[in-house]
Amino acid sequence: MDFILNPWPWYVSGPLIAIVMALLLYFGKTFGMSSNLRTLCAIGGAGKFSDFFKFKWKDQLWNLTVVLGAIIGGFIAVHFLSNDSGTALNPNTMTELQHMGFKNPGANLVPDEIFSLEALASAKTLILLVVGGLLVGFGTRYAGGCTSGHAITGLSSLQMPSLIAVIGFFIGGLIMANLILPLIF
Amino acid sequence: MKFIKYLFVGIFFGIVLVKSEAVSWFRIYEMFRFQSFHMYGIIGTAIATGVLFLQISKKGHIKTMQGADLYVPKKDKGFTRYIIGGIIFGLGWALVGACPGPMYILLGTGVWSMLIVIAAAIAGTFLYGILKNKLPH
Repeated sequence: MDFILNPWPWYVSGPLIAIVMALLLYFGKTFGMSSNLRTLCAIGGAGKFSDFFKFKWKDQLWNLTVVLGAIIGGFIAVHFLSNDSGTALNPNTMTELQHMGFKNPGANLVPDEIFSLEALASAKTLILLVVGGLLVGFGTRYAGGCTSGHAITGLSSLQMPSLIAVIGFFIGGLIMANLILPLIF
Repeated sequence: MKFIKYLFVGIFFGIVLVKSEAVSWFRIYEMFRFQSFHMYGIIGTAIATGVLFLQISKKGHIKTMQGADLYVPKKDKGFTRYIIGGIIFGLGWALVGACPGPMYILLGTGVWSMLIVIAAAIAGTFLYGILKNKLPH
């Protein structure tokens, strides 16, 4: 059972993610997680403020069901399908992160320094989480998709707009990880 | 009952993304520092499998469960919205280490702070909806 409990290699994980896309296409739907944010806005009454949120959100309930499943999947994966092996990061990455003040890089899925409930006491952490969320929500809708909609579905169907978007994802990510994060930590 | 299949797809998706470590903040950082092949391997093999699947389906060998041709919506033509929107998303992705799928999945793994990120992401989407007509696309 070790092959299930240990982290899965990339050449197993990638094709399995493609299966998620394939299953949804088989059901007559499209793989795209960021659209759910728009649906949640619409359910919350955002249509009163912008026509962008005036659509039949009930047609999107299937996608919110995928979200609910994903939450359950996350729970199952950590509680029943994992050991405490941690993430086998590049030793250089670990040293680098330790210098930035992260105590146990890779011990959990996310750093305690940003995501633990204790860390919320710091205004810096709170601002970081809110700004990060705003960027993700605004950027994905502006670009019309995220990693699932553009990088997986869009590139698999060989669409030029998705290639431009994914290049944008990487420009933004490279700027953040290489130039801005070292200033924050 | 017709929703149960979506629930199972979601569960499968959540498990795969945790087990592949694609939801790991550290893996995203490592990717953007070019210090590991792991994330590139995942995204690369996902796209390669996806291309293969869609090419086979184009030949008519795979239909939807309703018997229709598989349909992938075409993105609108353009450049500005994709590059600027993409960069904005990329900045957030590397900061919180999570794109919209992993945000929910991490909530399931017990990272409660993700509720703040999700709420902010909803607010960001709302902001886009308000400003949409004033932005270059």
